[in-house]
Order: sequence, then structure tokens, then C-alpha cells
Amino acid sequence: MVNKRWGYWLFFAALFLAPFYLTEFRLSLLGKFLCFAIVAVGISLIWGYTGILSLGHGVYFGLGAYCMAMYLKLEASRGHLPDFMEWSGVRELPWFWKPFAHPMVAIAAAIALPTLLAALLSYLTFKNRIQGVYFSLLSQAVVVVFVTLFIGKQEWTGGTNGLTNFSTVFGFSLSSPLTQIVLYWLTAAVLALIFVMTRRLTTGQLGKVLIAIRDAENRVRFLGFNPTVYKVFVYSLSAAFAGVAGALFVLQVGLISPEMMGIIPSIEMVLWAAVGGRHSLMGAIIGAIVMNTAKSFLSENYPDLWLLLLGALFVVVVLFVPKGLAGIYESLAAVRIKEKRGHEREARVDVS
Amino acid sequence: MFQMNRGKGVRMKPAFMWKLWLLLCVSVFALGGCAASSAVDQAKNENQNDSSSAGKEGDVVKVGILHSLSGTMAISEVSLRDAELMAIEEINASGGLLGKKIEPVVEDGASDWPTFAEKAKKLLQKDQVAAIFGGWTSASRKAMLPVVEQNNGLLWYPVQYEGMESSPNIFYTGATTNQQIVPAVSWLLKNRGKTFFLLGSDYVFPRTANKIIKAQLKAEGGQVVGEEYTPLGHTDYSTIISKIKQVKPAVVFNTLNGDSNVAFFKQLKDAGITPKDVTVMSVSIAEEEIRGIGPDVLAGHLAVWNYFQTTDTPENKAFVQKYKEKYGQDRVTDDPIEAAYTAVHLWAEAVKKAGSFDVDQVKKAAAGLEYKAPEGTVKIDGETQHLWKTVRIGEIQADGQFKELWNSGQPVKPDPYLKSYPWGKGLSE
Repeated sequence: MVNKRWGYWLFFAALFLAPFYLTEFRLSLLGKFLCFAIVAVGISLIWGYTGILSLGHGVYFGLGAYCMAMYLKLEASRGHLPDFMEWSGVRELPWFWKPFAHPMVAIAAAIALPTLLAALLSYLTFKNRIQGVYFSLLSQAVVVVFVTLFIGKQEWTGGTNGLTNFSTVFGFSLSSPLTQIVLYWLTAAVLALIFVMTRRLTTGQLGKVLIAIRDAENRVRFLGFNPTVYKVFVYSLSAAFAGVAGALFVLQVGLISPEMMGIIPSIEMVLWAAVGGRHSLMGAIIGAIVMNTAKSFLSENYPDLWLLLLGALFVVVVLFVPKGLAGIYESLAAVRIKEKRGHEREARVDVS
Repeated sequence: MFQMNRGKGVRMKPAFMWKLWLLLCVSVFALGGCAASSAVDQAKNENQNDSSSAGKEGDVVKVGILHSLSGTMAISEVSLRDAELMAIEEINASGGLLGKKIEPVVEDGASDWPTFAEKAKKLLQKDQVAAIFGGWTSASRKAMLPVVEQNNGLLWYPVQYEGMESSPNIFYTGATTNQQIVPAVSWLLKNRGKTFFLLGSDYVFPRTANKIIKAQLKAEGGQVVGEEYTPLGHTDYSTIISKIKQVKPAVVFNTLNGDSNVAFFKQLKDAGITPKDVTVMSVSIAEEEIRGIGPDVLAGHLAVWNYFQTTDTPENKAFVQKYKEKYGQDRVTDDPIEAAYTAVHLWAEAVKKAGSFDVDQVKKAAAGLEYKAPEGTVKIDGETQHLWKTVRIGEIQADGQFKELWNSGQPVKPDPYLKSYPWGKGLSE
């Protein structure tokens, strides 16, 4: 246990020191990837541990991002109406935009809205024992509903263009390198915090119940547990993670549009966890970072071919390491154990 | 499925050691990858600084080309990249710019808006390009806008759009609304009738365009008899077509995008509605799209642009011939392709006039610059950084080309906020 903990320490130390060895541009990319890693931790928690495959986490990510973006847009508009509202024929700020002038409300809403939506949705479905692929389909439907709503209500949401062109956060310029470094550290800190928290949850008793639900939900029910409560709890928790990640994403990337909460990004989120290893929290984090690094690296160097290369990478992972990157370590570790057992047996034979 | 439980027990310690090492290896790989590319970036930047400090006569100047080469928009945007590369080649062949060869850095925006922002940032910060040519959708432009403004870059955006924007760091070489939609509506009112049915894909351009059309119709005595939006990629238009049959408008103003057009026009024809019964005026169907939809379904319908492949100027003859020679006889040119090609040449002219690649000086030199483009003479409006462009309405022919029915005679001054129209006041304050 001690050794593994050291590994985590080193990993997060490397993340925190990144501003000292990465250029400004690469740091901004890594900051974005860490937001994705936060989402991946949530996916690992519900999919790898609890067996709930959600193909709709883009919605929670998007809601968190929109909450933060509304505050940033109002701050950038300096008391005027946001530009897209003006030319969409809106004369007065809609009532639900008004509270977002306060950053604390925006931050609270970025966490609370996704959590509440997820709680409502998962309570209704899990209570009625809707599971497996039906739940996945339902989560996709939610994505379609929200994307259509956000595109259709152009005068309130900016339509397909989304919200963009922000200037300051808490009065600090978003384009200054120092603000970006502080935001990066904030993201890394949030990731570390969420990782530690989720790890505590999963290594404790709750984690055992979750795994039990994944492997045999009915038996868990017969043992006197109520799986619905647990499932609603983890699902809402992972939605909260996605909301936080969305808020941090907007601060660093500077835009959010319905496209980013759509079906494709939602599936991509699941892919990160799959490539990294969904049953391992650290695997999911590394999966998100590796997949997105590969995406940036390949598309920069092979603008015509990168999609094929990325697809090939994914196929290779699925075919040869179905348990993801984390699975590689485990199988290697298993080889070591076998060897060791072999040695022990030989030793025993010698003695007799 | 049982890996989770394996971790318990003293025996497993070596396993953890291994896990630890592998975790470390991968994290080092991931971060190292970042760091390595960072180091390469730095080295490259230093080299660039060296060459620029070695004198302005260093032999290349980089420009960025940022279009979607993959994803849903690739089908439209790849041709723009081709046109821009051709323009760069032409300038290099005639001796380059200020003694330097232009080196294009091509990036893929992947039909994904954050990617456009990321790549624009990369082009400006890492490659330190003198200008970026790119974008198609409004969303991609909106994503790049803060990046070019914060880094004081220069973006040349080549597609007609919904207006209501004027960034100091963007040049708009496509039409704004008063150079496409507004004159088309006036022409339709005069020549085809007063009742309009508005049909569009559900995104920013059609919704904003229709807002403008409704304000204009109200002021000029037209009437909206229907307004429908369908999601991008929608293919079932039977309900909407029966509505059209019911209300019998004089004009369907079509702002559908992409594949939806194929479905809409085929079903319209199947329903027995011909161009004689109702005029369909489209703003997103150019020669390239006609090739995809099939000219037989479209023949007789109208479109409004600033350029057709058939536009009769000496510059256009040369342009079409060169483009076909380079990319194949089956390729066609159209309005956005021409605007992308013109953008590169306009930038080059502005650089020559300024005698510098510096963004502020190029901007200053660009104001009022005139250029003989394939579409005719265009002029950069210094105030809005849009172009003065001639408006053209064309009828689609059976061979997939346009027959021009009307043009504005002279270039129209760009007015992205429609301030010169009394009814435009309500649209923007």
C-alpha cells in the first residue's frame, strides 16, 4: 500500500510542477486534459465500480460549463446585455440569468444543477429497476433533449455558437499567463482532491457494496441493502464531478457550445475511462490524459490522417488490452506472482 | 471482474511494486510526451527568434490554414484549404512576399469548436504565423475570435455569415447579410411575390437570418406565412412540404444546410412542386453543393451569392482554369472557395503595401485596399474589415452551373449591423 501511495504522490507532484517545465500552450492543453480526467474519475466510479454505463455525461459537463460561462459572459458584458441576446431580440436580461452575476452563485449552480438533474433522473430510473443498456439509451436521450433545447433557445443560450468571448474572472484577465497558471493549479488540486475522496469511498465499505451491486444486484438486495440509494448517490456524485470539470474547462478554454455536451463527447468520455482501465481510478485519469495527448499530438503532426491513427490506437487497446492501460500492469503483476509462486514451490520441493 | 479484490493480502506486495512502476512509467510517458513536445516547441521558437533577429530577410514567413479536414464540415472546408494553398503557391511562384517564401502550416479544426480555439492558439503562439486563413461555421469563428484578439493575431474568414460582428483582428471576405440576404429579399418582393415561407436548419445562421428577413418583410410590405426549423441532418420533409402546399407561398426562403437540402429538394420534386409553382431561394447552395445534391432536382431554383463559377471576368477565367488543372477537371469553384482564394491575395497585397508582416501595420495598409478578384473588384472597408462585394442572384441550370438573373451592378458597402436600414435599428442597439 505504501508503495502505491508513493506512486500517486509522485504523479500529482509531477502535475503540480508542470508550469515549470511546460510551455504556456502545452500547459493550457494539459489543464484541459485534467478537466477531462476529472470526468473520467466519475465515469470509472459509476461504470467500473458500480456497472452503470452512462452515455450522457456530456450533459452534466455542459451544465456545469454553462453555469460558469453565464457568469463570465455577464462579467465580460460589463452591465450590458450579452451580445447574442441583443441581436436575438431580447431586451432585458432573463430572470434566470440574473443570479449568475454573482460568481459564488455560478460556482454553486455548476455543482448543484448537474447533481440535482442526475439525482432526479437516476432516482426515477433506478427506482423502477431500469438497468444496463436501457439506462444507457435513456442517458443518450437526455443528451439529445438538452442539446436540442440549448440550440433552440438561441436568445437565452447563444444557440450553436454557445457562449464565448470572455474577458475576466474575479477581475483578473483570463488571457494573462499568471491567471492561466493559477487556474491550472486549481484544476490539478481539484483533480487530486476528487481522486483522494473517490479512492477513500471505493476502498471503504461503500466501495464493496458498489462492486457487489455491479456483480449481483439482486443478491445485494436480498442481503438487506437498497441498491437504489447507492446507485443514485454515486451517479449524482459523478455528475457533480462532471459539473466541476465543465466549470474548470470553461475557465481555461474560454468557450462552451451545445456541441460539447452532445453525443460524441459523451461517448468520448466513456472511451477515456475504457482506454485507461475503467476499474481503476488512476487508470481513468491516465486514460483521459493519454487519449487527449495522442489526439493533439497526432492531429498536429498528421492533419490528414490523425483520425485513422487515433482509431487504430483505440482498436489496438480494445483488442489487446481490453482492461485498458491499468490492465497491463495487472497482468504483468500477475506474471510476477506466478513466477514467485513457482519459485516457492521449487523451494519446497528441494526441502522435501 | 474480480481484480478489485485481489489487492488484499501480504502476498500481493510485489504486485503493487509492479503496479507502481508501471503507473510511473505511463505517467512519465504522458507528461514526458507533453514536456518533450514543449521542449521541441521551445527549441523551434528559439530558432525562429534567431532567424528573425538575423534580419528580416530570413527566407520564410509562416501562415496558418485552419479548416475542418475531418468531421461533418470537412466536405465543405477541404476545398477552401485547396484554394488557399493554390493562392499561396501563386504568390511564391511570383517571387514571394517581401523577399520571403510563404510557408503554410495546415491544421485540422475537426468540425469541433474547442479544437479551432486550440489550433488557433497553437498557430499564433507556437508557429507565430503572420496570418490565419480559416473557419466556415459561425461557431468556429466565435471560438477563434477571443484567441486572435488576445494574441493580436490576424484571421481571414472566407464564408458568408449572419453579420452582427466586427472584430478588430478578423477580416471577413464572405458576404454579410446586406450583401446577400437583404438584397435577395428585396428582389424577390419585386419579382416573385409577397408571401414568404422561411425554412432553415436549427442553428445560429438561419435563426438570425430569418429574424432579419422578418424585420425587412414587415418594413417592405411582405408577409411571413410559415417559419420552420429542422435539426441539422434532418431528412424527412413531408410534413413541411404539405404545409407549403397548404399555404401556397410565393417564395420559400431556404437556409437549410448540408444533407437536409438533398432530402428537401428531392421530396419537393416528388410532391410535384416545380420552380414554376414556388420559387425556392437558397443561401447555402453553391456549385459544390449542387454537385452533391444533383442538378436535376435543383434546376430552376434560385440562389444568391457574390460569385458563380460562370461569373464573367478575365480573372475568373484564369482562376477556374488553374483550379481545375491543379485539382481535377471534375472539381468546381464556388463563392466560399473564391472568397478564401481572394483572402490570401488580399493579405499579400496588404503586406506589400505595409512593407511589413506586423499585424497592426498590415491592418492599417488593408483599409481601402482594392483588388481585382475573380468575382470582380472588391475593396476592404477599413471600419468594419468586411469587403465591398457585388451581389448576384442566379438560377440553377441542368448542368449544375448558375445563370445570373440579376446583379447589384456595383460593389455593395458592407453593413454587418444593418445600421443603414431603418428597420435594422431594432435588430442591434
